[in-house]
Amino acid sequence: MAALLEVENLRTHFATRNGVVRAVDGLSFHVDAGETVAIVGESGCGKSVTSLSILRLVDQPPARIAGQIRFGGRNLAALGEAEMRDLRGNEIGMIFQEPMTSLNPLLTIGRQIAEPVMLHQGLDRVAARARALEMLTLVGIPAPERRLDDYPHQLSGGMRQRAMIAMALACNPKILVADEPTTALDVTIQAQIIDLMRDLQRRTGSAIILITHDLGVVAEMAARVVVMYAGRKVEEADVATIFTDPRHPYTRGLLGAVPRPGSRGTNTRLAEIPGSVPSLIKPLVGCAFAGRCPKAGDICRRAAPAWREVGPGHGAACHFAAGAA
Amino acid sequence: MTATAPDGEGFAIAPDLPPLIAEPPRRGRVATFVRRHPTIVLGAALLGLMVLIAVCAPWLGTGDPQALSPAKRIRAPSAEFWFGTDSLGRDVYSRVIYGARTSLLVGIVVALAATVAGVAVGLVSGFVRWLDPIVMRVIDGLMAIPSVLIAIALLGIARGSVVNVIVAITLAEFPRVARLVRGVVLSLREQPYVDAALACGSGGGRIMLRHILPNALDPIIVQATYIGASAVIAEAVLSFIGVGTPPTVPSWGNIMAEGRALWQVKPYIVFFPAVFLCITVLGVNLLGDGLRDMLDPRVAKRA
Repeated sequence: MAALLEVENLRTHFATRNGVVRAVDGLSFHVDAGETVAIVGESGCGKSVTSLSILRLVDQPPARIAGQIRFGGRNLAALGEAEMRDLRGNEIGMIFQEPMTSLNPLLTIGRQIAEPVMLHQGLDRVAARARALEMLTLVGIPAPERRLDDYPHQLSGGMRQRAMIAMALACNPKILVADEPTTALDVTIQAQIIDLMRDLQRRTGSAIILITHDLGVVAEMAARVVVMYAGRKVEEADVATIFTDPRHPYTRGLLGAVPRPGSRGTNTRLAEIPGSVPSLIKPLVGCAFAGRCPKAGDICRRAAPAWREVGPGHGAACHFAAGAA
Repeated sequence: MTATAPDGEGFAIAPDLPPLIAEPPRRGRVATFVRRHPTIVLGAALLGLMVLIAVCAPWLGTGDPQALSPAKRIRAPSAEFWFGTDSLGRDVYSRVIYGARTSLLVGIVVALAATVAGVAVGLVSGFVRWLDPIVMRVIDGLMAIPSVLIAIALLGIARGSVVNVIVAITLAEFPRVARLVRGVVLSLREQPYVDAALACGSGGGRIMLRHILPNALDPIIVQATYIGASAVIAEAVLSFIGVGTPPTVPSWGNIMAEGRALWQVKPYIVFFPAVFLCITVLGVNLLGDGLRDMLDPRVAKRA
């Protein structure tokens, strides 16, 4: 079976006053129907730009998107704006990081959830309202009939994120793009939202692209993981392999930086990755991670490593990927 | 402090603490509003009074504002002529009361027209990126032309009329609204909920009218009141220098213009229309200030 969404050699560059920022530079991955794929990496590595590029929500110009985004036999990168609008919120839904500001403060929750339904499915106001009620019930908001006529400021952060999810799923999208859906929430609410998303995925069968830097969330939800660094994919594997047999030093660094229960009190210092993401304005020579890599050799500073398979469904872009952990 | 005695069964009962602050007296909604926003109430009252005067002009003991009676020229205020008569013997009281119609009509129509035009231009300019620099340069150019010049040019094209005055002042005022709206749109379009609406498949028009415009409405309403006030003044200025309302239609501006030659010996001809003008502008400005305080959460709220 062909993949539901296939991103091939995606490149998104931004023209800025200081030069061209290569936010995403040659990213390829795919998502199967009903699958959850996590895209992880630290701030500034191109995760969010990837998600916005898939929905074509970056302004062109100043941005330029190249490459193939194949979805349902069409290349989204070359689609007309009107057709793209038909897809957004209909076949591809998206939820954002900030639930506090992602809802229009002057429209009721019900109106906002009904908007994509009226837009895409041509339902009238009454039918769309019924659908909104159904969605609010589905995402587990208590007393949904009353919440329908509430304004966003009357809801807590967790409730608003539930409302956002209801809005994104109202048209039964085939793919849900979730850009750091739990980052702005506190830990107990995070757990509830993750449970909710897993539960909804089981019921609706939609695929999820989960953008996050929280490896705990990845372990909970994802089937496959794409690790990004400096706008490129540095490693990809199923979730178990990523955690047990990471091949790229960056992936290892990310995993090493996660605090573990039990290590507390022994006074062990949390491992970190020294340095920060390189500037994406200057063209990169060699491996983007070389400056921060504990294993970097001469070759890493001279030539960028090609993608190579190291196991079934497991690949990495590192000169030393073949070596054991 | 826990002075309450244990009851017979040996339970310790917590003492009942009185509230630190006395319960505030409950007022009706109207009383609360008056207390919180005295400037809105005062401004609206002054403006309402003027509107009432303008609407009821024929029943306020006025005569024909155009009736000439050369025999009764330049009379001082008296029981017969409350505000006196001008150099042609017309009743200044009747003219001032009827003049309220002209001034308020110009003020209200200009406020509406300038706001609608400014909102349309500002929305498009703020939202359509490539159009923005072009539209804004045209607006800059318009702002460089004083309304007096536009009025004189229109007077050259058509005959002097109230419509001309309205068009001239609107042309001079709407660029201000366009700039304001554009600025607000530029900041609102970066709001996450606009991205969220885009991600739901909403198109440009829908985003502008449903998600951006309602959120930009507060400063627009406030600006509209200020424009109303300055339009009333501008009408008086244009009429005073003779390029505004034609002499056949009484307006505060042309009453003052006619009284100008005599103002050192008969100051009342200028005085009465000036007082009405001041009260009207004061009322509108108070209303605008009060609305701004009420609608803008950044302005500190008094308890």
